[in-house]
Amino acid sequence: MNQNLQSSSQLADVLSQPAAPTKLKVRALSVYYGDNQALFGVDLDIPANQVTSLIGPSGCGKSTFLRCLNRMNETIDSCRVSGDILLDDLNIYDKSIDVVHLRARVGMVFQKPNPFPKSIYDNVSYGPKIHGLAANKSEMDHIVQSSLERAGLWGEVKDRLQSPGTGLSGGQQQRLCIARAIAVEPEVILMDEPCSALDPIATAKIEELMDELKNNFTIAIVTHSMQQAARVSQRTAFFHLGKLIEVGDTEQVFTTPKETRTQEYITGRFG
Amino acid sequence: MTDAATPLPQTTLDRNRKSDLVAAGLKKRYAAERRFKLYGISAVVIALFFVVLLFSTIISNGYPAFTQTMVKLDVTLYEQDIDPDGTRDPEILSNANYRKLVRLALFDLFPEVKSRSDKRKLSSMISSGAAFALRKAVMDDPSLINQRQQFLFTMSDDIDQFYKGSISSKSPESDRRVNDKQIAWLLRLVDRGLVEKNFNTTFFTGGDSREPELAGIWGAAVGSFFTLLVTLVLSFPIGIASAVYLEEFAPKNRLTQIIEVNINNLAAVPSIVFGLLGLAIFLNFFGLPRSAPLVGGMVLALMTLPTIIIAGRAALKAVPPSIREAALGMGASRIQTVSHHVLPLAMPGMLTGAILGMAQALGETAPLLMIGMVAFIVDVPGSITDPATVLPVQVYLWADSPERAFVERTSGAIIVLLGFLIMMNAAAVILRKKFETKW
Repeated sequence: MNQNLQSSSQLADVLSQPAAPTKLKVRALSVYYGDNQALFGVDLDIPANQVTSLIGPSGCGKSTFLRCLNRMNETIDSCRVSGDILLDDLNIYDKSIDVVHLRARVGMVFQKPNPFPKSIYDNVSYGPKIHGLAANKSEMDHIVQSSLERAGLWGEVKDRLQSPGTGLSGGQQQRLCIARAIAVEPEVILMDEPCSALDPIATAKIEELMDELKNNFTIAIVTHSMQQAARVSQRTAFFHLGKLIEVGDTEQVFTTPKETRTQEYITGRFG
Repeated sequence: MTDAATPLPQTTLDRNRKSDLVAAGLKKRYAAERRFKLYGISAVVIALFFVVLLFSTIISNGYPAFTQTMVKLDVTLYEQDIDPDGTRDPEILSNANYRKLVRLALFDLFPEVKSRSDKRKLSSMISSGAAFALRKAVMDDPSLINQRQQFLFTMSDDIDQFYKGSISSKSPESDRRVNDKQIAWLLRLVDRGLVEKNFNTTFFTGGDSREPELAGIWGAAVGSFFTLLVTLVLSFPIGIASAVYLEEFAPKNRLTQIIEVNINNLAAVPSIVFGLLGLAIFLNFFGLPRSAPLVGGMVLALMTLPTIIIAGRAALKAVPPSIREAALGMGASRIQTVSHHVLPLAMPGMLTGAILGMAQALGETAPLLMIGMVAFIVDVPGSITDPATVLPVQVYLWADSPERAFVERTSGAIIVLLGFLIMMNAAAVILRKKFETKW
């Protein structure tokens, strides 16, 4: 891990050096939707066991960037990706990588809570079931319970595991989606504006949860709320017009940004 | 973006004048709304009126078909006529002249009828099916031979029509198929309490016949059942599979676009063209049996496939993309995403489309005419390769027949056909309600 960091020391000078070991290393990532280029040669390191937030005005490519990290962009026909993304030194766009296997390692939580229209239990057990992680019913029960506990939802739903997941409130649904994602024990969790459809109390709960989860998982979150980025993340990356403008420790980016565009965005002069 | 140099336009409208203007306009707007509502209500009322008219005409024409005029006759089953040697051999029993026995029983009641032509007129009041009924009774129970017993015989279609009031005795004798003598005989039978109107079981259990009183829809109903079975077995899996492939897996390129346009066009092709296709390919090229539900089902499957594919694709499109993203994001493969999540959610819509396609196939006549399912077939089909006809074709055949009694049978068959269609549409509604998922 450290050797890799040294080998890319020139880049490490440009990007400010992350303190923790790097989990995801993105190099020269460009993304095209048909003839439109959405990302222009982005280099970014996402450190392990930290929350990295991606901020920027609408249409800046931050969601596109996030969806490249577990190859969700492949579901869009016109999308082309160039560049390298290394997950623990493994190029995830390599031909030998199975996308199903990758997504078991890199989970995702979406903007709108999207539980399956099935029971709460079935929602959480779905991932372990398709990946064959539980040998029997009691193991599955254990996975479901611990996932719901870690998502802070167990106390609220333990008496109605068989009722539909779509019957929960918005905030509960989003925590159910987080429980569903962590049930397969991914190494990285990608969150695409997970709180934009939630009220402040539900948002506070999710933010609290992220703080807990970062001890076990590497988290990358796209957010429109700069306060949220400041509250939950250790690292912040600012995107503008498909380019990575600035990346650094959250405190530094918000207090002493190096780039004027970052400063203008943070102080609300555009975006 | 307003240029700072030009000031914003000031209000030019006096507030009082504005409220007057709005009030004046309101009246007009509400009038337009009322007018529109009136148009809508009158359209619905007219539509309902015609539906009621249609149903009342068909039902009032068709319900007499559900009853049949019968006559009770005491028949003596003389052994010398049936089985002179007393062998009780089924073949001999089957070939005996039962018609004679029925006639004898009838002549017993009217001893004054002597002339040949009168006798012929008298015996023609009883359906030719009476002899078959008698034969069946004797074959079932040979111990009846040499006994006198009362049997219930179907009367001929003309007498039946007269008794039901469709033929008036006031019209000139030469214009009606029941002459004055027959009317007098019938009235005497009625006086003796021998004539009764019973539920017409033959209509529901019999195959087609040239004699209206012996004709039934069971043969056509079974033919329809076999035909639709073949249609369903072929078109549902193929249709669903095509819809899933085109919607979920196929690359969006020129070829799939052409396929899509063509499927939409096929849905609008006149159904008789599919019949010609079936005639050319299935019958002439592959040499499959003519008039068979197998071929009819294949032709109707071709016809309903576009409907099922289009409905299936619409149902798949209606599944929110977030569900697919959720499943793919969990690491489900595409086929798992489809089979675990998308397909169950789209199933109610697909089933509705399939049932409506089936209902359309059930009512289809034209393509079946081309492959010979319009033949006169008396036997109830026993398999998908037996010659058969279907309900709408049966309606067509009967509507074409000159006998008056077929008029009511045509309407009766239409009632049965409409009953099946209503049942299928109700099933579609119930299925949709039952499997409806709330997000």
